[in-house]
Amino acid sequence: MSALVILLIISIGIAGIFLFAFIWSVKDGQLDDDYSPAHRILFDNDIHKKSKQN
Amino acid sequence: MVHNEKTAIRCVHCGDECLKNAIKAGEKTFCCDGCKTVYEILNEHGLCEYYDLNAHPGLTQKISVRKDKYAFLDVEEIASKIIQFSGNGQLHVTFYLPQVHCSSCLWLLENIHRVEKGVISSRVNFPKKEVFIVFDKNTTTLRKVVEALTSIGYEPHLSLDDVTSRQANKTDRTRWYKIGIAGFCFSNIMMMSFPEYFGMSATLEPAFKAAITILIVALSIPVLFYAASEFFISAWKGLKHKHLNIDAPIALALVITFGRSLYEIITATGPGYLDSMTGIVFFMLVGRWLQDRTYKSISFDRDFKSFFPIAVNVLQNNTVKPVPVNDVKVNDIVQIHHRELIPVDVILSKGEAEIDYSFVTGESVAVKAAKGEIIYAGGKQMGGLIEALVVKEVSQSYLTNLWNKENYSIDKKSQYSFIDTISKYFTYVVFAVGILAFAYWFNLGKPGLAWNAITTILIVACPCALLLTANFTRGNILRILSLNKFYVRNASVIEAISNIDHIVFDKTGTLTQSNKMRVQYEGKLLDEDLKIKVASLLHQSVHPLGKAIIQYLQVDSYVDVENYKVVDGKGIEGWIDDQYIKLGSPLFTGATEQQHTKSAVVIVVDNEQLGVFNVSNSYRYGIFDVIKELKKTFGISVISGDNDAELPVLKQQLGKDSDILFEQSPYEKLEYIKHVQSVKQQQVMMVGDGLNDAAALQQSNVGIAVTDDDNNFTPAADGIIHASRVAILDKLLAYAKKGKTIILFTFMVSIVYNITGLYFALQGTLSPLIAAILMPSSTISIIFITYGLSEWMALRMKLKPNKVTI
Repeated sequence: MSALVILLIISIGIAGIFLFAFIWSVKDGQLDDDYSPAHRILFDNDIHKKSKQN
Repeated sequence: MVHNEKTAIRCVHCGDECLKNAIKAGEKTFCCDGCKTVYEILNEHGLCEYYDLNAHPGLTQKISVRKDKYAFLDVEEIASKIIQFSGNGQLHVTFYLPQVHCSSCLWLLENIHRVEKGVISSRVNFPKKEVFIVFDKNTTTLRKVVEALTSIGYEPHLSLDDVTSRQANKTDRTRWYKIGIAGFCFSNIMMMSFPEYFGMSATLEPAFKAAITILIVALSIPVLFYAASEFFISAWKGLKHKHLNIDAPIALALVITFGRSLYEIITATGPGYLDSMTGIVFFMLVGRWLQDRTYKSISFDRDFKSFFPIAVNVLQNNTVKPVPVNDVKVNDIVQIHHRELIPVDVILSKGEAEIDYSFVTGESVAVKAAKGEIIYAGGKQMGGLIEALVVKEVSQSYLTNLWNKENYSIDKKSQYSFIDTISKYFTYVVFAVGILAFAYWFNLGKPGLAWNAITTILIVACPCALLLTANFTRGNILRILSLNKFYVRNASVIEAISNIDHIVFDKTGTLTQSNKMRVQYEGKLLDEDLKIKVASLLHQSVHPLGKAIIQYLQVDSYVDVENYKVVDGKGIEGWIDDQYIKLGSPLFTGATEQQHTKSAVVIVVDNEQLGVFNVSNSYRYGIFDVIKELKKTFGISVISGDNDAELPVLKQQLGKDSDILFEQSPYEKLEYIKHVQSVKQQQVMMVGDGLNDAAALQQSNVGIAVTDDDNNFTPAADGIIHASRVAILDKLLAYAKKGKTIILFTFMVSIVYNITGLYFALQGTLSPLIAAILMPSSTISIIFITYGLSEWMALRMKLKPNKVTI
């Protein structure tokens, strides 16, 4: 049974990490703007290519 | 005429159709100099990727920005109010850029450092249409940054509002935290309750069981005290105002569930219902989030300050100095340029004033002012540069007074939702059932079972299903309306719409298109040659009527005009090829025989009157069909600040039983709304556009502002509708009304679940497993039903965007 207790603690701990990550991302403002980051990631690539060419 | 035959060439920058005066640069074609300039600047800095990301990403640059417009930003006092933070030689500033609309905008604005050297970083907040810029104090200035943005076609919107009430407009993220925590606790509690559901708890080791129980209780505490706090707060607020809102029974059910569960756990009589309790909190929060999602880039609370400039040029000892608007004193001399708003009441002292008061009065035709005449704040100068003497400061001006007097004195009564009414009766019934069950078991001599029954009844009968239904339905209706460019301030407006009996329309800008004039010609036929001559003469003038007639004439070229003369406020005259042409008001040209409207332009060639151009506002496409449709359900009135030239048209279109009022001041519009509300006892919707309607929009039960562009510079209102969608207003309102039906229907379905739950509860045998099955299945089916019904109705009413043909 003690194995179960350890598993339980681990599982809640992992879930807790995800909760922490979620709160962190909200605090960081990641949920404020759902448009820019998705597009920004595409631009960076292009700029990189161009600067290499130059 | 010519350009209609071939396929239109589109401007590379803005995608507008290129007319005859199009400009070519290499292989690229531009509609105007402004667009070409932007292209050249971007090209020079290697930013042409802007045009690769999206076709025609720019907005038209036909209206050029005056060179020294932003000189006022060099004034330390003004700049310091706009700058948010300064340190380490770096300055932080956020601009609102209404032009932001696509990924090209995003890309360009985040590469602004290539255009303006001193910019260290720039970051766009897309939903808010804001750009946050950090720049180096020593390399560049605030003015240069603003000018760089303006030069690439993104002129920041700077208004008096930015300097007077710069609030930290932080987004409220508490709901996200609450949803996250509730979701975490709910799912973990549910996981740990599995042994209980499958009847395996008896086989568990006591220590392990105890550990699980402690964890469950521990996890439920943040849900009740943090995540669900808004239900308790709202319930308490309601009770303080002696009003039982829907949150009250929900808060009560949460407390009872928690208390009963604790009791069961402590006395070891059962596992409690903490899984169901946390689950319901989670789903209700998600529902609220769906319902309260706001349009971040849309402001529903603009007052005149958002329209006023930050600074005006004041003439002191022959030098021009920008002065903050609030510091302008009486007897200062101010300079007002073309297309600038006059923020103070002034007396004209120099220059030709042509004032567009549409902002204040709704009158669409610009008014000429002679020297010595008073020009009121809120007017927009359409002519060239003028100088004027200030007679009243901003805080004392006509417009400010109008605003303060009318708007802030109105206290919009908060209306209680029908949801609250239903939940009230629902709660009464539940209490009655609970007490009956209690009495029944108590009389049978089973007090334990009696307590058991009454608490479970209260738990099961929590009107959370009703709340969920309402939230999800309204959330989806808001979403579908916004797809149709009808943005509603919040969910309660949807309900207010369903109670409307009477709709009042403003005319100018609402029924009519403010940027489009309709020209009708009566008289002798004009040949092509004479058309060119008339257009050439009109081309000399800046008058809006002239421009409308030029558009109507559709000529290919212009010829030279000799001896051109303007008679202020009356008309123009000139010689072309030995023909003496006079154009202007009937008085000026000497026409007397007919009764003409205010916006008539008479044409006289060699002293012979050929005909009259009647210029009027053109009505929006399909507007009268909508009104006819709306008339079946609502009372309709039209109030206008304009002259009564359009009365016959409106009378014919609206019929006799509609009120049509002209030359109404903003105050009279407000009074009219009050009159309908009090005398006829009707719920009024006001549809208007300008600041002149602002007071009426506030007074009405639902105020809807119409906007022609997406920049949404509209007065404070409950809803904003894009001008192109006014033609389907009847459908949109009908759809909003459907919300009530959907909520009631789904509520009926949810009652079935409640009755099932009650069936077990009344016998005192509601096991956690049944509760755990009932709760999520009822929630999920409710979500499916509301979503499905609202989508289906939208589809049937052709309100899904791919089906909308406008």
